[in-house]
Amino acid sequence: MRVGLFITCLSDVFYPEVGTSMVRVLRRLGAEIDFPEGQTCCGQPAFNSGYQQEAKRAARQMIQTFEGFEAVVTPSGSCAAMVRHYYPALFSGEAEWERRAEQFASRCFEFSEFMVKNWGDRHLPVKMDGTATYHHSCHMYRMLDLSDPPIRLLSQVEGLTLKELPYHQDCCGFGGTFAVKMADISTAMADEKVDHVCSTGADYLIGSDMSCLMHLGGRIRRKGHPVEVLHVAQVLDRGWMS
Amino acid sequence: MSLGASTLPFTKRVEQAMEDDFLRQAVRRTQDKLRGGKERAASDMGDWEAWRKRAEAIRQHTIQHLDTYLDQFTTQVEEAGGVVHFADTSQDVIDVVTDIIRAKKARSVVKSKSMVSEEVDLNRVLEDAGVEVVESDLGEYIVQLAKEAPSHIIIPAIHKNRDQVAELFSKEAGEKLPPETHILTRFARERMRQKFLEADIGITGCNFGVAESGALVLVSNEGNARLTTTLPRTHIAVMGMERLAPRWTDLDILLTMLTRSATGQAITSYVTAITGPRRQEDGDGPEELHVVIVDNGRSSMLGTDYQSVLNCIRCGACINVCPVYRQIGGHAYGGVYPGPIGAVLTPLLEGLDGWQELPYASSLCGACTEACPVRIPLHDHLLDLRRDEVAQKETSWAERLAFKGFGLVAERPGLFEAGARSGGWLARQVAEDGYLQTGWGPLKPWTDTRDFPAPARQSFRQWWREEGGKADE
Repeated sequence: MRVGLFITCLSDVFYPEVGTSMVRVLRRLGAEIDFPEGQTCCGQPAFNSGYQQEAKRAARQMIQTFEGFEAVVTPSGSCAAMVRHYYPALFSGEAEWERRAEQFASRCFEFSEFMVKNWGDRHLPVKMDGTATYHHSCHMYRMLDLSDPPIRLLSQVEGLTLKELPYHQDCCGFGGTFAVKMADISTAMADEKVDHVCSTGADYLIGSDMSCLMHLGGRIRRKGHPVEVLHVAQVLDRGWMS
Repeated sequence: MSLGASTLPFTKRVEQAMEDDFLRQAVRRTQDKLRGGKERAASDMGDWEAWRKRAEAIRQHTIQHLDTYLDQFTTQVEEAGGVVHFADTSQDVIDVVTDIIRAKKARSVVKSKSMVSEEVDLNRVLEDAGVEVVESDLGEYIVQLAKEAPSHIIIPAIHKNRDQVAELFSKEAGEKLPPETHILTRFARERMRQKFLEADIGITGCNFGVAESGALVLVSNEGNARLTTTLPRTHIAVMGMERLAPRWTDLDILLTMLTRSATGQAITSYVTAITGPRRQEDGDGPEELHVVIVDNGRSSMLGTDYQSVLNCIRCGACINVCPVYRQIGGHAYGGVYPGPIGAVLTPLLEGLDGWQELPYASSLCGACTEACPVRIPLHDHLLDLRRDEVAQKETSWAERLAFKGFGLVAERPGLFEAGARSGGWLARQVAEDGYLQTGWGPLKPWTDTRDFPAPARQSFRQWWREEGGKADE
């Protein structure tokens, strides 16, 4: 199967290690992968701010870039939700683009989802010592209804104690431009979340969206808490025993 | 801005709320209690999703045939001896009510909880006309004494503690009352009982009107609605034009969803159904019943992207799960309706002008949509409103320019990469330890409270070109 890597603009620029981890994990499992360089951004920042024309320009670019791949995998629940949930709606009334958007939507998967879908029966040889808690990002949890796959992957990790995050269904306060437009509210939401993270005694805060983790990690760092923030792909890569 | 509970700008209202530690604690505590109760009640129902779909189907059908059901409801109310008034605007509501008050030479009004009357600021208008108005719902009574608007649609005084209530009641009583619940409720009960007996007119809202019979259905936990509708000689019910259930069997499902979603109760202490004024054989009830059916912007949503907002049954479930409401409480929203439903409804009823911030007062987490018992896609409506704001050029020129730039770059991977590279280089010059602690421009609100990572020296794209792509060769 030829898999297209949809790295997301945020990971590409700020967290390349999430992308490289994903590459190594998928290759260890035998996937044939490619990174088409035409990709830029899924368009979510524009779409969520009300700039639908600009979002469409980004969406067209992405649809064209990933045509021809059997599957597309991305380390972001929120970008996957944008493609799956909003791309077809964005082109409603434009038959040709709507069809292409739906095509893309049906082939686009979030990383944990893709892992469990393809290698769910396989035992992953991963070991990492410590205590971790998982942050369910809202779009992945609600729009894609994907709460199990990351937990299923993480609970396989030998040596890792996984603690449930209190109030795990609550938003961390990132929300794209919300984090900047309503910075006070966003920060208050982060503080509540960080308190819950700390209450679990976790060494690691693991997630499937670097956007939420950039916000939470930034707050954790500012407050000086000794919690390391990691993407699921990073955990699997780092702990993989060869 | 008849919906405005405050004349302060949005940012100031938020600032005030964020500084009020008591408010934030009280809101969190109550929210936890309510949503916990709702979750238990929903799980008792078995397939909650199936119930939501049934309730949504009833609401959708009702709104699609609103003209038919309004007609049927009106005919039934009139056949039962009631008088129906249609009010297009808030001024029309005020005119209808003040005309009745004048005709009856009424001096005092007792009122049970009604969001529509808050919408048209009825209390203020009546008081200005020299009529004494007393709220009979305990929470509403508290906010009335405090000269405030409700901060939650089902728990108006969610933001007040016992000491604050004791202070308000002491002022009213003319003597010092201790902050003990039983003493405070006894004071309110005695005060209200006296008002019930004296009142010329009782005003209520209406949770649902049943089209097939013309009945007005009111739900409450304190019984005040029942006293309001039985003791005074005239009863005026003010209802939003969308608050109809075609048949009793539909009402059954809607009530089932309303009470569980609102407070987690299987049913409220009182469910009152009133059909017409007192008949000869009746022991009590008003001599006259007036029903004021209020449009006030609602019909403008019919046939638009926003029609499903009219499905709302005012349970407050979206407010009870909203993480933004959790931090700022109800008054910060500025309108009568707080939380996600308020952020959607207020700009729709009043226009975006003056309410531009509300559609952005959400992280789009979707908890509201998930909680809504009639499946209104609230977070999608917030996106629709943002789209409308951009279309109406209500956003700043700087933002419009920035997103124009985004559109350009999104289609040009080379430009995207060059932009990221130069931005990264610049950021790394000022970063310490790989992070920015003081940003500028649009980055400043981020870095005021959160560290921001400087872009990596080697992007994924560069890594792939130099190393990553080779493994498959």
